[in-house]
Amino acid sequence: MKIAVCVKQISDPSEPQAIDPTTMRLTRGSKAILDDSDAYGVEIALRLAEAGGGGEVVLISMAPNQEVQGVRTGLAMGAASAVVVSDPLLAGADALTTAKVLASVVQRIGADFVIAATESTDGYTGTVPAQIAALLGWPALTFAKQIELRGSTLSIQRQTEDGYDVVEADLPAVVSVTAGVVEPRYPSFKGIMSAKSKPVEQLSVGDLGLSISIDEQVISVTDAQARAAGQIVEDDGTAEVEIMNYLTQIKVL
Amino acid sequence: MLNNCVIVTEPQGEGLAPVSFELATIARTIASKVTAVVFGVDASSVAASLANYGVTEIVSLGDTDGHLPAVMVADAMRDHIQSAQGTDVVLVAQSYTGRDVLGRLSVLLDAPVLTNAVGVREADGSLEVENLVFGGEKVVTSTISAPIRLIAVRPKSVAAEPAVAASEPQVQQVSPSADVKANRAVIVSSHVEERQGPKLDEAEVVVSGGRGLGSAENYRFIEELAGLLHGATGASRAIVDAGWVPYAYQVGQTGKTVKPNLYLAVGISGATQHMVGMKGAKNIIAINKDKDAPILQIADLGIVGDAQKLLPRLIEAVRQKAGA
Ligand SMILES: Cc1cc2nc3c(=O)[nH]c(=O)nc-3n(C[C@H](O)[C@H](O)[C@H](O)COP(=O)(O)OP(=O)(O)OC[C@H]3O[C@@H](n4cnc5c(N)ncnc54)[C@H](O)[C@@H]3O)c2cc1C
Ligand SMILES: Cc1cc2nc3c(=O)[nH]c(=O)nc-3n(C[C@H](O)[C@H](O)[C@H](O)COP(=O)(O)OP(=O)(O)OC[C@H]3O[C@@H](n4cnc5c(N)ncnc54)[C@H](O)[C@@H]3O)c2cc1C
Repeated sequence: MKIAVCVKQISDPSEPQAIDPTTMRLTRGSKAILDDSDAYGVEIALRLAEAGGGGEVVLISMAPNQEVQGVRTGLAMGAASAVVVSDPLLAGADALTTAKVLASVVQRIGADFVIAATESTDGYTGTVPAQIAALLGWPALTFAKQIELRGSTLSIQRQTEDGYDVVEADLPAVVSVTAGVVEPRYPSFKGIMSAKSKPVEQLSVGDLGLSISIDEQVISVTDAQARAAGQIVEDDGTAEVEIMNYLTQIKVL
Repeated sequence: MLNNCVIVTEPQGEGLAPVSFELATIARTIASKVTAVVFGVDASSVAASLANYGVTEIVSLGDTDGHLPAVMVADAMRDHIQSAQGTDVVLVAQSYTGRDVLGRLSVLLDAPVLTNAVGVREADGSLEVENLVFGGEKVVTSTISAPIRLIAVRPKSVAAEPAVAASEPQVQQVSPSADVKANRAVIVSSHVEERQGPKLDEAEVVVSGGRGLGSAENYRFIEELAGLLHGATGASRAIVDAGWVPYAYQVGQTGKTVKPNLYLAVGISGATQHMVGMKGAKNIIAINKDKDAPILQIADLGIVGDAQKLLPRLIEAVRQKAGA
């Protein structure tokens, strides 16, 4: 069984973020990291592969400039190989374009199972997994907080507004996983060393035979309305009185 | 004005989720016709409420037969949109189902999506969509040049407002085509996590706890206070990830957006991703032991203090007042 895990390589979210006023695109930091959300997908794939005995985990990523820093983290965790698609044509790609690229990589490598996170940290449209599934003509098991593979049947606990549903489909399928499902492993020193020699295939849009057109455009970026600070009170052992007064004033009490 | 806006409603109990009426409210302002897609609920029983919000046509897909709805809904929508020409925009909720539907529909129509919208307006036949980035600090306005615009709107972005005069929508029954079967996923069972009081996103009072509570055990203070104030309980992602409370409690960018009269944040630092989900509250009270915590910058009443000491006193005071 070949499991493809979608891994987005993003600018470190702890660094200040900005949108370039001329291109209207996210300014990228110097360092690309594996999106935290995708570390869960990598962990789950590794566990499923280990449990199934002999499954293969392949990371797939679309990123500018042949970026591999984030992918290396996933390889160091234990994935076998990676495919990275880079192309100037993909600058400013939207979610559907991204899904087209990733779906065609899935087809190219012959995976029978795709894992992605429910939403990325930087774009968080949360539509890419369902788009990949639709492009491949596979079922989408989305918002999974637990996954089980029984033979060729996938069973997930799917997050709902007020609990969860148990949802099943047969492979091939696309699964999107929520954060916090499993504890992603830390790459070991051995893992980090071996990641350097694991195969990373670099592809362009031409290699995939896709045509790209981008129909979305950012017109402006402005500051959101700020909320002003109100009164600040130090609790000297009687702050509840202050709160009670406020609750009465706004007629909650 | 645009010609037709299709909105995807979502079932909730016997009726429709509140976001359905928020979508209808937006749709009315941008298009002269509003088509509501209804599934998983009896269309005739929700027709009157949709009419109050100006919906001019209802497309009913019937039951989803124990399958995840997206495949069937998107398939039926594609057929409807292609046959009833003149649809320029589709609005769904930025919810589990909404995102699944939108993702699939975008592939079927080969059209891009704009998601996380908090504002949608029409300007000379084109659409301008606003979303918040960087945890709500910046507003990005975007547009789509494709002939059909697919947009996911965050719940609570607008208040649902009934139309001046109710419309008289026709209900059209549609059955999904056979070829959707291959892609379907079966719902084997459903589990509801019981919780007391009003729903988080509909409550007038929300009491939320974060890591500053110190332990999962202490979350009972939040429950007690929320109960006394007839409110709902919420949480930061830190304690959801730590497993103290279920995900359904999470407020923020990747959780629920709330707009209560009062939001009381206890032991929550106020990371931008949390604030984007609660900044719209009319009144905010925050309790935090760190005077530099960002949440205190936006609170109407900020208390610098130890929540574990203050909460029991506050609960007692509210109890006395309520009992009096
Ligand atoms: C602030 C901001 C807002 C944006 N808004 C929109 C919008 O409204 N509509 C739109 O079409 N695009 C939007 N984009 C662009 C969008 O982020 C990119 O197209 C991105 O490559 C895919 O979308 P996502 O990250 O939102 O995907 P999501 O659907 O949120 O990602 C889910 C998962 O899909 C996988 N995945 C996504 N992208 C990649 C990748 N490049 N490589 C490998 N795996 C990946 C990962 O597993 C990821 O965790 C926005 C970008 C930013 C920075
Ligand atoms: C892509 C992305 C999406 C996210 N989405 C969300 C989201 O939807 N919702 C969300 O909440 N977060 C979200 N986060 C996480 C967010 O960035 C923060 O990590 C999280 O909100 C922190 O939770 P917290 O305030 O409970 O914990 P902490 O940041 O640990 O803060 C605890 C606070 O409690 C205070 N405190 C400690 N002890 C006491 C005491 N005894 N009495 C009073 N105060 C005390 C501390 O001073 C501190 O301010 C997201 C992050 C990312 C990257």
